[in-house]
Amino acid sequence: MTQQRRSFQVGTGLFILLGFAALAYLATQTTSIANYREGATFTVKARFTNIGQLKLRAPIKIAGVRVGSIKSITLDGQTLDALVELSIDSRYSDLPDDSGAAIFTSGLLGDQYVALQPGGSPDVLKDGDEIVLTQSSMQIEDLIGKFLVSGDAPKPNTTASEPTAPTGSEPPKPQ
Amino acid sequence: MSRPSRGVVFTESLAQVGAAALFLFSILGAIPQSLRHLRETARQIWFVGAMSLVIIMTCGLFIGMVLALQLYYTLSIFGGTAALGTVVALSLFRELGPVVTALLFAGRAGTSITAEIGLMRATDQLSAMEMMAVDPLAYVVAPRFIAGIIAMPLLACVFNALGILGAHLVGVSWLGLDNGTFWGNMTASVDVWKDVVNGLWKSLAFGAVIALIATFQGYTTPPTSEGVAHATTRTVVTSSIVVLALDFVMTAFLM
Repeated sequence: MTQQRRSFQVGTGLFILLGFAALAYLATQTTSIANYREGATFTVKARFTNIGQLKLRAPIKIAGVRVGSIKSITLDGQTLDALVELSIDSRYSDLPDDSGAAIFTSGLLGDQYVALQPGGSPDVLKDGDEIVLTQSSMQIEDLIGKFLVSGDAPKPNTTASEPTAPTGSEPPKPQ
Repeated sequence: MSRPSRGVVFTESLAQVGAAALFLFSILGAIPQSLRHLRETARQIWFVGAMSLVIIMTCGLFIGMVLALQLYYTLSIFGGTAALGTVVALSLFRELGPVVTALLFAGRAGTSITAEIGLMRATDQLSAMEMMAVDPLAYVVAPRFIAGIIAMPLLACVFNALGILGAHLVGVSWLGLDNGTFWGNMTASVDVWKDVVNGLWKSLAFGAVIALIATFQGYTTPPTSEGVAHATTRTVVTSSIVVLALDFVMTAFLM
């Protein structure tokens, strides 16, 4: 009897342990917490005129390899551009201080990330430094707009005449 | 035996709902007293939780595998198979994990709770307890109710974990998706609070509902073998309907 009672107590304990182990596994391995596993990091700043759909904790990559994540995104009240704090793994602390930062999109519709392009300066970026060379996110709307405007030569004429045609035909409409 | 009229059936089912609600309050009232029977509660957790592990794990593995296969087919139409890990994880954590676990739990543990309490009622064991000044609500019903509430979320977690492993097995080992893409996209889009904990709340509520229905059906069964049989059937049918309906309501609120 005691033996039997002991065995179900051990079994119950094991079951509860297994349940919580599964929960811990789900919470740490399959969610965004898994991306927090970073050792010592240092922070550099970068300003962009447009960050597009860049999100917090988006990856930072050098040559396609993940080296850190976005720590914060704020709007600078004075200059009215986006101030992005990049948290980079301390293992990559010897980045030249003339490195550039650009916001790219992974794939056609994927998430956006910051790509660092190493420069050639002998001095390295330190904690709190600012990356001066930045390239904002490519806005697909802007690209389409540019393409439509500069597509072919006669187009400006038609687009210019287009607004006049509706205004000419508009007065009869209200009646 | 004449068929009861619709009005009588309606009043009867309304009375059942009311009786179940009152029963819930009497269980809640008996919980402080049942804390003296912690060993009995532990035994019930073993019985409804640990004993359900095999079916939960097997089903979780297969659900994850079939989910990966089906979603791979659908996503490949849009060229988006890279999102397989994300889609499997989100559908498991938010929806399938809690619901399928609850349906299995109702079939595996709910029925045995009903049958056990029903037989106690039929063989006058519950009355005997009352004679000995042992409150059956505190000694028999409340431990099973608590055990259901504790066991369901844990079982749902195990189900989810095995589902993810099953999806990984099919997606990465069999269909040849990239391992890094599978985990990377999943970890990028799944949130602890919005997705994992959301599913936990659901499974907690389902555990309480199933445990309530199972104990209520067993406790109020007519003391005949036919009555116990019907009560067991009603447990599965009612729990399934209530779980699925509650799932819709909770999803709408937890969105």
